[in-house]
Amino acid sequence: MKSLRGRRIFGGQAKGTALVSREAISFFGGVNPDTGVIEEEGHPLQGRSLSGRILVFPHGKGSTVGSYTLYRLMKAGKAPIAILNRECEPIVAVGAIIAEIPCVDRIDIDEIPDDSVLFVDADQGSVEVRKPVQTFRPGRP
Amino acid sequence: MDAYGPLALTEEEEATLAGEDGRAAKKAMEILVALGNIYGAKRLIEVKSVQIAGVSYDNLGDAGLAFLREIALDGRVRVPATLNPAGMDLQDWKELGISEAFAEKQNQVIEAFARMGVMTTCTCTPYFIGNEPGPGDSIAWSESSAVCYANSVLGARTNREGGPSALAAALTGKTAAYGFHLEEARQPVVCVEVDAFLDEMADFGALGKVVGEKMGNRVPYIDGIRRATTDQLKSLCASIATYGGTALFHAAGISPETVKRPRERVTIGPEEIEQAKQEMSDDEDVDFIAIGCPHCSPAELRRIAGLLRGKRVSRETWIAVARPVKEAAEGEGLIAAIRESGAKIAADTCFVVAPIRGRFRCMATNSAKAVFYGRAKNRFKTVFAPLEKLIEIATGP
Repeated sequence: MKSLRGRRIFGGQAKGTALVSREAISFFGGVNPDTGVIEEEGHPLQGRSLSGRILVFPHGKGSTVGSYTLYRLMKAGKAPIAILNRECEPIVAVGAIIAEIPCVDRIDIDEIPDDSVLFVDADQGSVEVRKPVQTFRPGRP
Repeated sequence: MDAYGPLALTEEEEATLAGEDGRAAKKAMEILVALGNIYGAKRLIEVKSVQIAGVSYDNLGDAGLAFLREIALDGRVRVPATLNPAGMDLQDWKELGISEAFAEKQNQVIEAFARMGVMTTCTCTPYFIGNEPGPGDSIAWSESSAVCYANSVLGARTNREGGPSALAAALTGKTAAYGFHLEEARQPVVCVEVDAFLDEMADFGALGKVVGEKMGNRVPYIDGIRRATTDQLKSLCASIATYGGTALFHAAGISPETVKRPRERVTIGPEEIEQAKQEMSDDEDVDFIAIGCPHCSPAELRRIAGLLRGKRVSRETWIAVARPVKEAAEGEGLIAAIRESGAKIAADTCFVVAPIRGRFRCMATNSAKAVFYGRAKNRFKTVFAPLEKLIEIATGP
């Protein structure tokens, strides 16, 4: 088990499976607000759903209206259950607050493998990486 | 909050955060606290006025509307607040070809803001309608051109707020003290020497594009603008904020703040301004003329009415304006004169936020900002030209 510490953006707790993006996410236009599927053309997570996952990504990008996309995902029952960022910016911070999604930033997200099981205590700004799952990573040919 | 960032709250602010002033005020305080901590603010400060973006249903969508309606349940503004342009003329939307379905949703957005006590005047030029702060005043505005105008021409202090953070400021009367609220961040770092003859608003828009692109988010000190009208400065502000990241400049002889002239310097000459103008023009047939980005002043309306007198427009022509400015101009007979030509008055709205993507092929405008969003958001080709030329195109064969 590995323990990471960061800064609380919005409080609460969550336990679940990580969906990790090594690239920034644009919620407005980049995520379907009704399904939670990432639709940004060429994004590494294109076609995958963030619904019910602990969403791990460096930071948000794009239009500030993206905050409302997180709110709409929550209303549709398709929001991530927690958000972990390297550096949170206003789009994600405001989105997490209005959608009431536990959110922690200043997390070394490189320490979190995709599909690992996490326990997030956003009130304390702490993240436990409980079961780092060995994922198959194809090497260079 | 101490475990979480440098921001210290007063007892009163803690109470709001604990929910004692209701749910909306609590949400608002949570937003201010989070942003304050992200940007390293030590305290909250009071604001004199707020200007809220995120008004057009075209940008908000159902998600934004749902959020605003929830906030309106118990949220009430504590300081004067006005709105950015809506997606349509709130009265004459049919004339602009807006659908019934869009109008219904747009009206729900406006109703939600009205319930909160926001003045539902929708304009990007709040300084033309009485929301005009003075030097040193702390405010929380969103619209990028207005933020730049307030900071640079009026000497007020504001960051470029997003829609929800401006709303949070309105509901609490406060904002976090970081960025342009602090002396340090307002200091210019590069001196821009302008060596060119500037006459039309379009010239100032082109200059703003060059300055914005050169500066990015660095604060410039602009020297060499001999004289400028309010409208020309409005155009410069809109353009700098659109093409660069910064919403503050200091202009010698214009900006009220006393600052030191930076040592690093760049020069902008007529060739660069000419090149900027050419970059904004595609060689296409115009089917839409857009005037009033930012919204027209009374002086512009007089000039437009004069140029249109006795003529008929042959292409769709919109003149965007704040409703109070339109109403004042009605008394002078200007609106009737403009309408007689067939040109349309678009009050409360503009070409950037109205749902007109794909409706026109090529838009002619004297606004460098409108060119940027016309291309990016609405997928129009564009022609950039001064006002007289625009009227020529509008009334031409």
